Amino acid sequence: MSALLKIEDLAVVFDTRAGTVEALRGVSLSLGRGETLGIVGESGSGKSVTAQAVMGLIDVPGRIAGGSISWDGQALVQDGAQQHPSGIWGKEVTMVFQSPMTSLNPLMTIGAQLEEVIRKHLGLGRAAARDHAAEMLAAVGISGARRRLDQYPHEFSGGMRQRVMIAMAIACEPKLLIADEPTTALDVTIQAQILELLAGLQERLGLSIILITHDLGIVAGLCHRVAVMYAGQIVETGSVDDIFDRPAHPYTQGLIRSTPRLDEPEDRLTAIEGTPPGLLHPPEGCAFRTRCPIARDDCRAPQALRPFGAGFVACTQPGVDAWGDGK
Amino acid sequence: MPDFILRRLFQGLLVVLGVTATVFVVTRVFGDPVSLMLPLSATDAQRAAFAAQIGLDQPLPVQFWRFLTDIVTLDFGDSLWQRRPAIEVVFERLPNTALLVGAGLGLAVLVSIPLGAIAALRPGGLVDRLVVSLGLLGLAMPQFWLGLMAIMVFAVQLKWLPTSGFGTAAHLVLPALTLAMTPIARFTMMVRAAMIDELNKPYVQTARAKGMSLPRILRVHTLRNILVPFLALSGWEAITALSGYTVVVETVFAWPGLGLTAVQAIQRGDLFLMQAIVFVIAALIVIIGIAIDVAAKSIDPRIELN
Repeated sequence: MSALLKIEDLAVVFDTRAGTVEALRGVSLSLGRGETLGIVGESGSGKSVTAQAVMGLIDVPGRIAGGSISWDGQALVQDGAQQHPSGIWGKEVTMVFQSPMTSLNPLMTIGAQLEEVIRKHLGLGRAAARDHAAEMLAAVGISGARRRLDQYPHEFSGGMRQRVMIAMAIACEPKLLIADEPTTALDVTIQAQILELLAGLQERLGLSIILITHDLGIVAGLCHRVAVMYAGQIVETGSVDDIFDRPAHPYTQGLIRSTPRLDEPEDRLTAIEGTPPGLLHPPEGCAFRTRCPIARDDCRAPQALRPFGAGFVACTQPGVDAWGDGK
Repeated sequence: MPDFILRRLFQGLLVVLGVTATVFVVTRVFGDPVSLMLPLSATDAQRAAFAAQIGLDQPLPVQFWRFLTDIVTLDFGDSLWQRRPAIEVVFERLPNTALLVGAGLGLAVLVSIPLGAIAALRPGGLVDRLVVSLGLLGLAMPQFWLGLMAIMVFAVQLKWLPTSGFGTAAHLVLPALTLAMTPIARFTMMVRAAMIDELNKPYVQTARAKGMSLPRILRVHTLRNILVPFLALSGWEAITALSGYTVVVETVFAWPGLGLTAVQAIQRGDLFLMQAIVFVIAALIVIIGIAIDVAAKSIDPRIELN
């Protein structure tokens, strides 16, 4: 599989009054055509910042401090310098955000917001853009599409707004759709509908998808490959099956065992003790070692992703059952 | 919508009558219009004759009833100073004031929106700090002083423009600039603060992710969202201009508008002209208020008019 998106050693920092926060510390990823990659991790691990960097959305106080991103052979970030290619963002690479309630302009009609992106990237006239917009609404399962074009976001429910966001994202036949926690703000039944919609669109349009989430259940259902992030770095990548059956990094193991299961009686929820390190002065070496039950002295040295099994892990003792209870 | 406008017009009518009635009470009950309007040297006989002539010898309730019924026909009595119906004087001066306020506020809108938007792009940056400093300076300069400085520099020293008066477009420049300064400063500060707020909202990130250019995002997306608070502020500025700025600016530049006329009416003890001016200004304020509400509704469909 040829890589469409290639992220190499990406570093992003945020300049704050207290100092420089290192949000991404050398992230490398690649994504093939038609592939679905899940990026999981807790809040502040750098999942969303990675997505923003790919979309060219890193803005003051944040800045790209190093690394490269290339899309289909074209540089988006070259050796730490932001590039501004035209016709990629919004057309070939698009994004759906977390909060559908606030991600649409409240004072523009749904139609105007859809037509805007269609006219810019497909160069259609007013009438043709409107027809296309109606088609897109219908494609994401909104009935009475033509009538709804003239409505405002507040006349739509949260789930419907997320469908509109997806309609905007697929309006110009993208190759990659980045979905940043697309269902977090929605209730569970709507979540399932949105995920089904994404899966269906992927199949029909041959999309690549990057799905950012902290919900392992969603990853298991939708993704081919998973990258686990912790404290601004990727600590493990691999196929969905490998990650869920044989998690090699203690943090991945901890994440999976802290997911509540319906098929086993459990008195209380399992959690990983402790909190992630602050990224103002990130620790040398493995960032997880302060919470890791099997940390050793050599964990103080920087850990790079190394092949292990079919995937890659950044750990001194990959594959060891760190939590010792086989869960 | 028509319901709303009718209801607001009715409420506005009550407000205008209330304001006018207050003027009535203040001048007739607590004050003495006769000694206000006649010179100190007038004899008692002259005072009594004058009181009878303008109806002040009648009991108060009768006077008030006549006052109210006259207002309905816009009859405020004759201006003592101009010797013709007071309302005629007001309607003659009103267009001049409207021209001055329209030019001043129009200029303020045109200048402040781009200025505030540019400042908002980099909060705390060089341009932003410059704009904020200029804004504070603009708010701090009183108009009577600014007007005199403008006359000294541009009219007396440079001789580019006339010192004062009315008639040509050149006469409008200095008064309009002077009147515009405070609104420019206040509008710019408001646009800057609101733009900073809007630019941090998720819908802006969506627009950027759609590949929209920054100028388009500012022009189409965020501008629309700051327009409702901006309208509210500009309504307030229009009201302040009509009832305050024009008094100062028209006096400094001898601009024959309502503000200057109000000053002259007070100086000459012209009670009836004063009442007519207060009535018309109050009515204008009510109409501006309704117009702002209707305009806000047409921009933001979520606003409920009631």
